[in-house]
Amino acid sequence: MSTDTAHATDHDDVHDDEDHWNDEGHWTDLNYIKLALALAVITAIEVAISYMVDDLGPFFLPLLLGLMLIKFFSVVLFFMHLKFDNRLFSLMFYLGLGLAVAVYTAALFTFKFFSP
Amino acid sequence: MADTAVHDAVDEHDDHGHGDVHHTSTGLSNNKLAMWLFLGSECLLFGGLISTYMLYRGRHSANGGPDQFWDIPFTSASSFVLLMSSLTMVLAVTAAKRKDDRNTNLWLTVTAILGSLFVAGQVYEFTTFYREGLGYTTSLFSSSFYTLTGFHGVHVSVGVIMLLATVGMILKNRIPGDKAEVVELVGLYWHFVDIVWILIFTLVYLIPA
Amino acid sequence: MALIERPAPAEAPAVATPSSSFGVFRRPVESTGWKSWLFTIDHKKLGIMYGAAALFFFLVGGFEALLIRLQLAGPNGTILSADKYNQMFTMHATTMVFLFVMPMAAAFANYFVPLQIGARDVAFPRINAFGFWCFIGGAIFINTSWLLGGAADGGWFMYAPNSSVPFSPTHGIDFWGLGLQITGIASLTGAINLIVTVINMRAPGMSLMKMPIFTWMILVVQFLLLFAIPVITVALFLLMFQRNFDATFFTVEAGADPLLWQHLFWIFGHPEVYILILPSFGIVSEVLPVFSKKPLFGYPLVVFSGAAIGFVGWGVWAHHMFASGLGPISVAVFSVATMAIAIPTGVKIVNWTMTLWGGKLSFTTAMMFSIGLIIEFTIGGLSGVTHAVAPSDTQQTDTYYIVAHFHYVLFGGAILGIFSGLYYWWPKMFGKLLSERLGKWNFWTMIVGMNLAFGPMHIIGLQGQPRRMYVWTDARAGEGFFNLGFWNLISSIGAFILGIGVLLFFINVFVSSRKKERAPLDPWDARSLEWMTTSPPKEHNFDVIPTVGHLDEFFHRKYEDRGEGDHHDFHQVATAEEIMAEQEANADQHIHLPSPSYWPLLLAFSLPVMGYGLIFNLLLVPVGAAIALASMFGWSLEPHTASPADYDPPTPQGGAELEVSTNG
Repeated sequence: MSTDTAHATDHDDVHDDEDHWNDEGHWTDLNYIKLALALAVITAIEVAISYMVDDLGPFFLPLLLGLMLIKFFSVVLFFMHLKFDNRLFSLMFYLGLGLAVAVYTAALFTFKFFSP
Repeated sequence: MADTAVHDAVDEHDDHGHGDVHHTSTGLSNNKLAMWLFLGSECLLFGGLISTYMLYRGRHSANGGPDQFWDIPFTSASSFVLLMSSLTMVLAVTAAKRKDDRNTNLWLTVTAILGSLFVAGQVYEFTTFYREGLGYTTSLFSSSFYTLTGFHGVHVSVGVIMLLATVGMILKNRIPGDKAEVVELVGLYWHFVDIVWILIFTLVYLIPA
Repeated sequence: MALIERPAPAEAPAVATPSSSFGVFRRPVESTGWKSWLFTIDHKKLGIMYGAAALFFFLVGGFEALLIRLQLAGPNGTILSADKYNQMFTMHATTMVFLFVMPMAAAFANYFVPLQIGARDVAFPRINAFGFWCFIGGAIFINTSWLLGGAADGGWFMYAPNSSVPFSPTHGIDFWGLGLQITGIASLTGAINLIVTVINMRAPGMSLMKMPIFTWMILVVQFLLLFAIPVITVALFLLMFQRNFDATFFTVEAGADPLLWQHLFWIFGHPEVYILILPSFGIVSEVLPVFSKKPLFGYPLVVFSGAAIGFVGWGVWAHHMFASGLGPISVAVFSVATMAIAIPTGVKIVNWTMTLWGGKLSFTTAMMFSIGLIIEFTIGGLSGVTHAVAPSDTQQTDTYYIVAHFHYVLFGGAILGIFSGLYYWWPKMFGKLLSERLGKWNFWTMIVGMNLAFGPMHIIGLQGQPRRMYVWTDARAGEGFFNLGFWNLISSIGAFILGIGVLLFFINVFVSSRKKERAPLDPWDARSLEWMTTSPPKEHNFDVIPTVGHLDEFFHRKYEDRGEGDHHDFHQVATAEEIMAEQEANADQHIHLPSPSYWPLLLAFSLPVMGYGLIFNLLLVPVGAAIALASMFGWSLEPHTASPADYDPPTPQGGAELEVSTNG
């Protein structure tokens, strides 16, 4: 991790002219590094949570799934630029994602996967 | 394998005669649109594999389940590696947009190394599980686990090949058309592989069966 | 007349620059002869090859059907053994679905979508060629199983665990699975290609709601393919691991749920049904307005109902599984969803009927096939609604009633639509009209044949004859009107009449190909852009990319509306010939077309090699993989136009930049 941040500082001089071409909500390399750090922290929290099944009880599953979704959509929206990009790209991807979630959830439902 | 062929075929960037951004009806790049369509399609592929695993994860002998085999600290480390490779990929993309070939290549190479490290970790993990008695056909749980993570591993490996090929083509200046776009497309594929692992890490490893 | 030619070699001696040619071989640049077909990336040539291959497999599948009907024509049939019979019905369905209707739709889509939206090619011409060769590779691969130990014998939906090795020890199902993976690649790459083409390559002014309806339906179909193919890919991989690597995904003894296969198959399989029918809906929606001399009634409704069918089609798959014990809630939900999908389909039928209403109808063969579709598909649709009612479906499951239903919707729907398209577009594709007289014979024998063949199956099915039974006996055939023997015989006779009908089409093709007479430029007084070019179209499709102002652009260029308000009064202001002449006079000077390529063919060839490797000798797999990898690199490094050095003799300029000259 330390090497990554070290390298980022080497590039601070570039950041100034970066803003000219970067119209994507002014996300600079530094923003991406911060986001990656945040994701790393979330991963650490996730791992910690995974050892606390008994302590968290009913909160265990929603917490883990919630963190997973935060990570998932952070990468999709920012690393993959969907937040800044044309909405047609979002449509194509979310159509596939939505269909996948819908049909497979329905199929698992018929297997009584969600019944206790 | 067959699956691989699709990735690379879809991922060709050089049909530019008909792909000039200025000439398209929407103003969007043909290649990028194709890549997003492909990723949308991949959602249903991994959705099927993940569902198969979820259905079968509890079907194993009394002490042949996830709890006996998982090594969470190790898998967390390799998940971290893959997550960080997404960062280095983004840095490659921004460098490519700056037309900074040196840094593009640097970050692409770092991404490829991190990806290879992840695949190596997966190979190590598989061999360890196998030695401990979890073969491919041991149980429904093991078959569906190896199938899901194996497909993901193949995707990562294909991504590594794409990254290295891109580095090679940039070095030899053999990329027809928009270099930054090529890097961006490889990046989209790479991030997709990463988000699939984000799902797998939580659903397969962290949530006990 | 506009001529397209390779640029004439300049006076200066040509310099071949080795640095710009890749690999050992010259790039193919031929525009005539067999090489121009083998290495082509032209969407029209690929479309024709798709169509020719599909029609060939139509004959193969038809032959298989006739053997089945021969076997069942009388009691205790002896034409086929039980084992051969299983292979025959499995391959009949596989061939018709995957090797005829799907590629035939791909043929029309490839040929006409770029023409209808005013483009010069698809978005990714080489991927298009790759897809075609994957289809050919997969199709041949599946059919070689006949010679290598027997074909697949599990029925086209290959239910587990019946498809496991103990129940089907030959390699048939391995061939089937791997072959469908390969044709699946064709469908997936084709889907991405066509979606990008439709979204991005429309002529200026052609908004989505000014697109020809056929293009719209193809767009919906490609989205269905895009999302359905990966699901069958998963299922086929699981099946392959089960059969070849001893996994137990569908083995009940190992604790597996064989219903997993059914779910995965039908999540793919139900959208697949709409993949088969929607292209024909698109064709009919083109043909009816042209021969009624009226615009399509309620164009937006037809578009939205098509999209709705595509969407709701994802929520009904379990109606194929009502008899499998899903539980009352699931059955109720899927039953209601299935009834709901009849609504957008009904909307389409109403729109077509209203298009005919008050029109100046001309009963050409294409028109008759379209009207035939409306009637026969409605019959099939109505028996479909009876399946949506779960209690009634439980009685009908696995009987001939189901067989009757899907032959009415697939033959009466998809295939009649395809024939309508063949008659309508034949002069566009080949510059010659098919004989209308033979066409009428073709139509009526097919209609009589299909109703005789598939109509009695309703009765046979309701009487309880299970599908897929290889033999029936007199003792259990029943008596009187409901005698199974009588209706089975009628059905078999119908099948042969149908066969004669199909042969008449091929005779018609043969006869028309020998006629010298060229088709007029606009034989049907058509409405959409594909008719605004020569027949067959030039290599670059249009001399000028048209600017579109209307739905039915070509019609509006020919006719002017002199009515007032809601009253339309169209007067012809130009003929197709005049419009064509104007285009040629203003032809674009520099038209860039990509050059042919070896790589798509080679890459597609590597897939069956790997397939045979997986079945017979794993050593072949790395060989195939090496070919694949090499061709991918060759592909990525290849520029989209051939270098001058590839021409013989080499030319100084870029060879593939076609010059359009308008002298004479």
